[in-house]
Amino acid sequence: MHPAPSVVLFTVLSGMGFGLLALLGLGAAQPHGLAAFLHWGLGYGLAVGGLMASTFHLGNPQRALRAFTQWRTSWLSREGWAAVLTLLMLAPVALAAILGAVLPPFFGATGAVMALLTVYCTAMIYAQLRTVPRWNHWITPVLFLLFALTGGAILTGRSGFGVIMAILLGVALYWSFRRGDGAFAAKGATIGTATGLGALGEVRQFAPPHTGGNYLMKEMIYHVGRKHVSRLRIVAILCASLLPAAILLFVPPLPWVLAVAAAIHLVGAFAARWLFFAEAEHVVGLYYDAR
Amino acid sequence: MTALPPPSAKKLGLVIDLDTCVGCHACVTACKGWNDQGYGAPLSDMEAYGSAPCGTFLNRVHSYEVQPEDAAPQIINFPRSCLHCDNAPCVTVCPTGASYKRAEDGIVLVNESACIGCGLCAWACPYGARELDAEAGVMKKCTLCVDRIYNDNLPEEDRVPACVRTCPTGARHFGDLGDPDSAVSRLVAERGGYDLMPEMETKPVNKYLPPRKKGAVEASPLAPLLDVQATGFAGWLDRLLEKF
Amino acid sequence: MGYQQPELDTSPKVSDEVRKTTCYMCACRCGINVHLTSGKVSYIEGNRDHPINKGVLCAKGASGIMQVTAPSRLRAPLRRVGPRGSGAFEEISWDEALGLAVRWLAPLRAKAPEKLAFFTGRDQSQSFTSYWAQAFGTPNYAAHGGFCSVNMAAAGIYTMGGAFWEFGQPDWDRTKLFILFGVAEDHDSNPIKIGLGKLKARGARVIGVNPVRSGYNAVADDWYGITPGTDGLLILSLIHELLKAGKIDLDYLARWTNAPCLIEEAEGEEKGLMLRDILGKPLVVDRLSGNLVPFDTPGIRPDIAAVRNGNRTVFQHMAERYLAPDYAPEAVAERCGIDAGRIRALAAEIAHAAFDEPVVLDRPWTDFRGERHERMIGRPVTFHAMRGISAHSNGFQTARALHVLQILLGSVETPGGFRFKPPYPKPAFAHPTPHSYFMPGRPLDGPHLGFPHGPEHLALKLDDQTPARIDKGFTWENPLSAHGLMHMVIPNAHAGDPYRIDTLMLYMANMSWNSSMNTAAVMAMLTDKDEDGEYKIPRIIYSDAYASEMVAYADLILPDTTYLERHDCISLLDRPICEADHAADAIRWPVTEPDRDVRGFQSVLVDLAGRLGLPPFVTKEGKPRYRDYADYIVNHERRPGVGPLMGFRGDGTAVGRGAPNPAQIERYIENGGFFQAEVPEGAAFFKPWNAAYQDWAVAMGFYDQPQPYIFQLYAEPMRRFQLAAEGYHERQPPDRLRDRIKATMDPLPIWYPPFGDEVGAEYPLHALTQRPMAMYHSWGSQNAWLRQIHGMNPLYVPTKVWEAHGFAEDDWARVTSPNGEITVPVAHMAALNENTVWTWNAIGKRKGTWALSPDAPEATEGFLLNHLISELLPEKGDGQRWLNSDPITGQAAWFDLRVRIEKVEAQAEAQPAFGPIPSPVPPAKRNRP
Ligand SMILES: Nc1nc2c(c(=O)[nH]1)N[C@H]1C(S)=C(S)[C@@H](COP(=O)(O)OP(=O)(O)OC[C@H]3O[C@@H](n4cnc5c(=O)[nH]c(N)nc54)[C@H](O)[C@@H]3O)O[C@H]1N2
Ligand SMILES: Nc1nc2c(c(=O)[nH]1)N[C@H]1C(S)=C(S)[C@@H](COP(=O)(O)OP(=O)(O)OC[C@H]3O[C@@H](n4cnc5c(=O)[nH]c(N)nc54)[C@H](O)[C@@H]3O)O[C@H]1N2
Ligand code: SF4
Ligand code: SF4
Ligand code: SF4
Ligand code: SF4
Ligand code: SF4
Ligand SMILES: [Mo]
Repeated sequence: MHPAPSVVLFTVLSGMGFGLLALLGLGAAQPHGLAAFLHWGLGYGLAVGGLMASTFHLGNPQRALRAFTQWRTSWLSREGWAAVLTLLMLAPVALAAILGAVLPPFFGATGAVMALLTVYCTAMIYAQLRTVPRWNHWITPVLFLLFALTGGAILTGRSGFGVIMAILLGVALYWSFRRGDGAFAAKGATIGTATGLGALGEVRQFAPPHTGGNYLMKEMIYHVGRKHVSRLRIVAILCASLLPAAILLFVPPLPWVLAVAAAIHLVGAFAARWLFFAEAEHVVGLYYDAR
Repeated sequence: MTALPPPSAKKLGLVIDLDTCVGCHACVTACKGWNDQGYGAPLSDMEAYGSAPCGTFLNRVHSYEVQPEDAAPQIINFPRSCLHCDNAPCVTVCPTGASYKRAEDGIVLVNESACIGCGLCAWACPYGARELDAEAGVMKKCTLCVDRIYNDNLPEEDRVPACVRTCPTGARHFGDLGDPDSAVSRLVAERGGYDLMPEMETKPVNKYLPPRKKGAVEASPLAPLLDVQATGFAGWLDRLLEKF
Repeated sequence: MGYQQPELDTSPKVSDEVRKTTCYMCACRCGINVHLTSGKVSYIEGNRDHPINKGVLCAKGASGIMQVTAPSRLRAPLRRVGPRGSGAFEEISWDEALGLAVRWLAPLRAKAPEKLAFFTGRDQSQSFTSYWAQAFGTPNYAAHGGFCSVNMAAAGIYTMGGAFWEFGQPDWDRTKLFILFGVAEDHDSNPIKIGLGKLKARGARVIGVNPVRSGYNAVADDWYGITPGTDGLLILSLIHELLKAGKIDLDYLARWTNAPCLIEEAEGEEKGLMLRDILGKPLVVDRLSGNLVPFDTPGIRPDIAAVRNGNRTVFQHMAERYLAPDYAPEAVAERCGIDAGRIRALAAEIAHAAFDEPVVLDRPWTDFRGERHERMIGRPVTFHAMRGISAHSNGFQTARALHVLQILLGSVETPGGFRFKPPYPKPAFAHPTPHSYFMPGRPLDGPHLGFPHGPEHLALKLDDQTPARIDKGFTWENPLSAHGLMHMVIPNAHAGDPYRIDTLMLYMANMSWNSSMNTAAVMAMLTDKDEDGEYKIPRIIYSDAYASEMVAYADLILPDTTYLERHDCISLLDRPICEADHAADAIRWPVTEPDRDVRGFQSVLVDLAGRLGLPPFVTKEGKPRYRDYADYIVNHERRPGVGPLMGFRGDGTAVGRGAPNPAQIERYIENGGFFQAEVPEGAAFFKPWNAAYQDWAVAMGFYDQPQPYIFQLYAEPMRRFQLAAEGYHERQPPDRLRDRIKATMDPLPIWYPPFGDEVGAEYPLHALTQRPMAMYHSWGSQNAWLRQIHGMNPLYVPTKVWEAHGFAEDDWARVTSPNGEITVPVAHMAALNENTVWTWNAIGKRKGTWALSPDAPEATEGFLLNHLISELLPEKGDGQRWLNSDPITGQAAWFDLRVRIEKVEAQAEAQPAFGPIPSPVPPAKRNRP
């Protein structure tokens, strides 16, 4: 799949935002006043920014509200609802914190659950797609959630939790890369099944249907070099997981330390998310013999 | 409406004969021509005369080469458009309800005035049947020419999809695949029509007819009248004239 | 909540109005329904009633709307203001343009009409353009047939009075075995596809003989990946096998062909000619009476095995030749690249279909000898062939061989077999002979093109026996060049050989690019100057509708309308659109008005003819006789009562013959743009011999009296040229050509290696082009839809070569021929003859043309094979460079090309690349709509 920079950027950032909101909601950090404003503001900023940005991607953003109508069946619609509900439900909590008041933990906790649900919905948009075998697995929501939680933990300075999440994330990433490599083949779709000609013999593309480009090829057929992949995988695991875990483990959670850890984590997250798209192969590529 | 309707008895669709398709692309431009002025927004062409033209088409014709184990390699032309799946994932993923499957005949359509152009349905379709129009920002797909097949303004015989009407070889057949007695269903039964990528569990309505077996027929070799070299031309001529 | 779906209007109004006319994206000429919405063309679909396409359209036809809205359309007449080829033009008015043309042409007509050469390319009004040229008085006219398909057309006409090509078709509804030789698309684009569809629906067998297995060959049930240029050998080997097994239709041969005609054996000027009676009728021996009688004597049974005074029949000559071991499958297998066993199997399959499964119709008919037949018995084997066999230097003989094979099977004009389309059958003797006698201020002495029957019909000047035509058509180099040699016009005019010309007028032919061999050299010839600074071809007038490559090389451009904006006439006097069961003709008419200062070229010619005072185009008072082309179509009579259109003549009810009807065009429009006349049922088969057909043809005005004839297995006109080469004619060929004429002008089909093969092992590969179904030559690239399908063309390489050179996807290669080299992208194809490479024709474009951006893929990756092909063969040591053409017809031998290939670094651009030409039209808008 085409790793559109905007999508990579904003899924990562909004994931982190909802992770931060979730941890704030759970009271992982309990800032007050200006600090609360900064913490919650960062969470809201990342989450809302990500959501807004995703509308840039739309062909007709002015109709975006319609996306709320199909929550019964559509994960994208559910994501929309979950996000809005999260933001609404956590608003009083945030406001209270900024104003120095405290609401009963129930408010924050339900908001946190909603935040994680939002992340889960986002992940399910990808995970539900049979057409992209690399995504079509429970590991996808697990990864998204671990990213959210790791990010949230770093930003809230919860070193212990953060270390665990980061390590889990590393393991999940490693495993997802490995599993992903075999996912397409495991699905069983080949140029032979795509065309139904497999029974006759070995099938290859002779001539494409068009020498000009089209939406499908731009959007769903993307090539990334092997060397590039392995380098980025190392960056992803190192930066998203191992380095932040080490920092959280060995360095006291001073704000600048957390900022550095978060920055390093983000680098890893971007690398991982870029790979998430770039490595994902859509079965439509079979028609173009472009796997 | 994003939920799939209860399965309809009538399942309109296409049957494409890969034994007959010569890969002429007539169905490609006939489809473009009809849909450029019909259902929904026109089908745009970006950089139409430039270095990287990129337009919206609802039907594309591939060419594959197949190497059988014990026969000469073959070329097979392969038209590809929406299969109007019974179990259409492109419908259920749609957040706006723009993508829907018609309850009465199973045609899968996009209600362009509700489409936000998120592209998710195209991601969900295994067959590359959906293309987001770069100019209009809405999702485009084969409509099965819903604005032809029921169109009272067209003569009865023209109430077929534009691609079917134009296909010079008659490789494209349109009909009700829900009715086992329809011409298309019988064709599918006779010729072993099949589904594309059944492992995607989309239950396509459209079917493809496989190429027939190729190669020499079993014919007994011709027996010479006699050994011309041995008997000479005159002998051959005599023998030939006996048949006359 | 239940399931909801939006309301949908399933019956939208399609358009305001439908106007029916004829497509022009290729020479197939399908009927189209043009929909107009708010006065603009909004949709084009096929006309279901039309005889050619019956409602279907090809990819080009269905995107015709893009042709009308193309930004490449010329806007007004152009006069060159910079050097030729620079692309510097100014737009001028029509008055200026026509005034200029008259200033150039009038003196030529008065003093030296041969100094105007008028050649047309994709012209579909040849009966009109040739008439114009004849009226002007120049001998120098032809259309593009000489580089296109003359081998096929001429071989068919000399052999049986019609060829596959446009003059006939398989009996699609009855044939059981259909064999396709060297066809990718052909002119009969939709009829062939409709026909293939019918065969497929019936489960009939289709076999492809073609080095490349794409398109029609891909759907064929079996494929013979023949080595290019060897089809003749394969066909003669099939004939060998069929003869040996006696699987030929003796009765058919005896009755309907010259198989029983006796050939003079005695040495002398008659040797090899037929024995004839005093009226000139060929003689046969009647088996019943044993008498020597004219072939058409009522009640006879001609004897194909007769011998009289040592003179034997054509059949004996044939059988003796083809039974020789030289034609045994083993002897030809290696050369053809096809196993002997496969050749045998093919022969057996043909014999089986022809003789074990005859088609019998209970339709009585009476033949020209007066004999009544109760039934029609047919041999359901059909062939179709086109440029794959005709675009080789042995193409004429190969095409003859195929026609002869079909006749031997008794499958021509029989049910299930090959059927003529009216006005064919029309044997060579019923066509005109060529005319080339010119005099200042006078029309030419007759039609330019035709069918010579002997050296006396060559277009040689009476005084010095030098070529009368600039293209050297109908000379000893290519005596039967029935369509002229368009590919030689520019080289000859440039060389001043046989003479210099003044003005070259071209219509609809992209001669500085894809329709010339040796493109770069042609561009140089067009811009080359004399010592005195004048262009060697001093003036070039060109009519195009679009900003093609050729535009930049002309001095005066007369911009045409598109096909939807003008009157045209698809006439029986010309290339017919008939089908076997009916005669048909059609019109185009302005279904929409041009939005710019362009004019239909035929109307411009009518206008010019009036201004020049060309006799048939002006009245006795010297006033223009025709207002415009539409007026000409209605009122011109070629013979009394016979005009361009056959329908609605006289009072509107006359068909074929009748006085001009002023309302004829309106009647055509009301009728859907065409007219069709059914062949009576009893006349539908055995047409050359069927009295009912002959009578119908006379009534229709195809000819003035019945003219039954027999098929020419043995082509006597060819023998006459051999005799001349042997010294027996008052016109004698130059000595250097004597042996070649003796060898190639054999009256029975032969095979000889294509001349291109002479370059030897240094160039081990054959290089071909194929027409893409979705493109028409150069002119599809301006079409926004079609160019997305074919925007570039790789060179397809067979597995053996691919692996030997270590090619991988996206690689490039240098391809070298004796004439030059190109550097191009390659792609792999397994279903390909192992010694052949090929690419799509005419995708490559010159930068800056066709209103495409200069970095368009057509100009950067697209390429032409034409750079590798020369109009002349390499020098052979005798100081002569022979034409790269068939020695009999002059047909350009595009497919004789031999090359070698090597892998090179990936390139930014295909080579050779030429500098951009400034566009004569403004740049296109970025996006559509
Ligand atoms: N390598 C290779 N070269 C080949 C061949 C091959 O097989 N291989 N084939 C050869 C053969 S058979 C042929 S017939 C030639 C064809 O070659 P051409 O006859 O040159 O065909 P086109 O390229 O279509 O060029 C026709 C010109 O007509 C113009 N035109 C289009 N519509 C109109 C119109 O309505 N009015 C006017 N006035 N002009 C119009 C187009 O813009 C174009 O410039 O190519 C030959 N060249
Ligand atoms: N779509 C479309 N239709 C067209 C045209 C077009 O440009 N586009 N052009 C029109 C014109 S002008 C013409 S002349 C006709 C030509 O129509 P075709 O005769 O179909 O011409 P080509 O496409 O050149 O195809 C020649 C075929 O012969 C094969 N071939 C080459 N050499 C040999 C050989 O030695 N033996 C055999 N058996 N096969 C061989 C090639 O592989 C190719 O398949 O098409 C007309 N129709
Ligand atoms: S129009 Fe018919 S033959 Fe041509 S590509 Fe389409 S399906 Fe195939
Ligand atoms: S082919 Fe694709 S777009 Fe069409 S119904 Fe099936 S999944 Fe949806
Ligand atoms: S692109 Fe349109 S139709 Fe497709 S999922 Fe998005 S809103 Fe629905
Ligand atoms: S049915 Fe209509 S919309 Fe669908 S591919 Fe055919 S022409 Fe296009
Ligand atoms: S074959 Fe195609 S381009 Fe040619 S006349 Fe017919 S529809 Fe037009
Ligand atoms: Mo041609």
